[in-house]
Amino acid sequence: MADQQEILSGLAEIVNEVAGVPVDSVQLDKAFTDDLDIDSLSMVEVVVAAEEKFSVKIPDDDVKDLRTVGDAVTYIAQAGA
Amino acid sequence: MTGARLTPRRGAEYASILGVGAYRPSRVVTNDEICEHIDSSDAWIRERSGIITRHFAAPDESVVDMAAAASEKALAAAGISADQVDAVIVGTVTHLWQTPSAAAELAYRLGAGAPAAFDISAACAGFSYGLALAQDMIRGGSATCVIVVGVEKLSDIVDPTDRGTAFIFGDGAGAVVVGASETPGIGPVVWGSDGAQTEAIIQDTPWDVLRDDPTHKFPSLRMSGPQVFRWAVYEMAKAAQEALDAAGVSVSDLDAFIPHQANMRITDAMMKKLALPDSVVVARDIAETGNTSAASIPLAMGRMLEEGQIKSGDVALMIGFGAGLVYSAQVVVVP
Repeated sequence: MADQQEILSGLAEIVNEVAGVPVDSVQLDKAFTDDLDIDSLSMVEVVVAAEEKFSVKIPDDDVKDLRTVGDAVTYIAQAGA
Repeated sequence: MTGARLTPRRGAEYASILGVGAYRPSRVVTNDEICEHIDSSDAWIRERSGIITRHFAAPDESVVDMAAAASEKALAAAGISADQVDAVIVGTVTHLWQTPSAAAELAYRLGAGAPAAFDISAACAGFSYGLALAQDMIRGGSATCVIVVGVEKLSDIVDPTDRGTAFIFGDGAGAVVVGASETPGIGPVVWGSDGAQTEAIIQDTPWDVLRDDPTHKFPSLRMSGPQVFRWAVYEMAKAAQEALDAAGVSVSDLDAFIPHQANMRITDAMMKKLALPDSVVVARDIAETGNTSAASIPLAMGRMLEEGQIKSGDVALMIGFGAGLVYSAQVVVVP
């Protein structure tokens, strides 16, 4: 079971890979759309990569609630628990 | 048990695409024109879809008109006369007559005698489904020369004020002639459906709402972009790989990748998932033609041939996918 810091750094790698956002910019308080400029299609790529990396399921209906990186980290931590 | 044993018919050993024809309506529609009806911008549309322009048919230009133009070019390219055609298959979701079919009228317009003729409803996979049927009809002996057309006049069923779809779709027709060949020119089809995702791309209301309420808004297409993107990239890359495996071809044997022109971002993501080498030419007709649903694969193939990006004998991977959800993939040899 990954802890929050592990999830954050794993997610940062994914966001970097998908959208070219520097790893250091991916912080808990950053919003995917407004701060990191991740659009809805890139968000799908991030979500699917996160599903594979953390062995969780993130349905489309839940994706729209993941506004910030912190939301995603919390979701993944709970889904994996 | 008595009675005569029925005589079976056997067809040709192999089938191939013999010629390709493309038709784009003359009116070019820019992103700026699309943005007169939606709150968007040229830059936003290019970023999200890769689309720069699309073509819209004239108000009095029908899907049969467009299908006929593409079919005549395909026949000419194949060196086949219309009277040799014994089956016509049209993939479309925008022939707005419940009956009769576009295919029967098309066959008559082409002067094709009295061929078998029917439409199929497989949305953006319509051409790929038709190609699979044509190959099996030729190999099964029920036809010797088949015209397969993908044609759409999506401007009739897209709501120009819907921000999720207005910029994506265009009109056009693409056709191929399929006939018997000495060597296999069309690989085994890998196809299927996922009816659990019917809502992902759907006409928002059925036609009968207009009977019940003549003041109701004309039905139009709705699409859940991220849902379709997820399915298209991750499930369709698997189907494409299965089509390669079924044909006994690896990505390094491929010359071209011609996916349904759904969205440039889907194409890019599929390429990554399939790990296509740089030597594979990828269809990017969507930039100028938009997403023309069933017509997009033969339209893209036509452009690639015209521009010399592919040549006769090249090996191409095609995959159609769309509303249903349905999909169909096969490897073909370029005519």
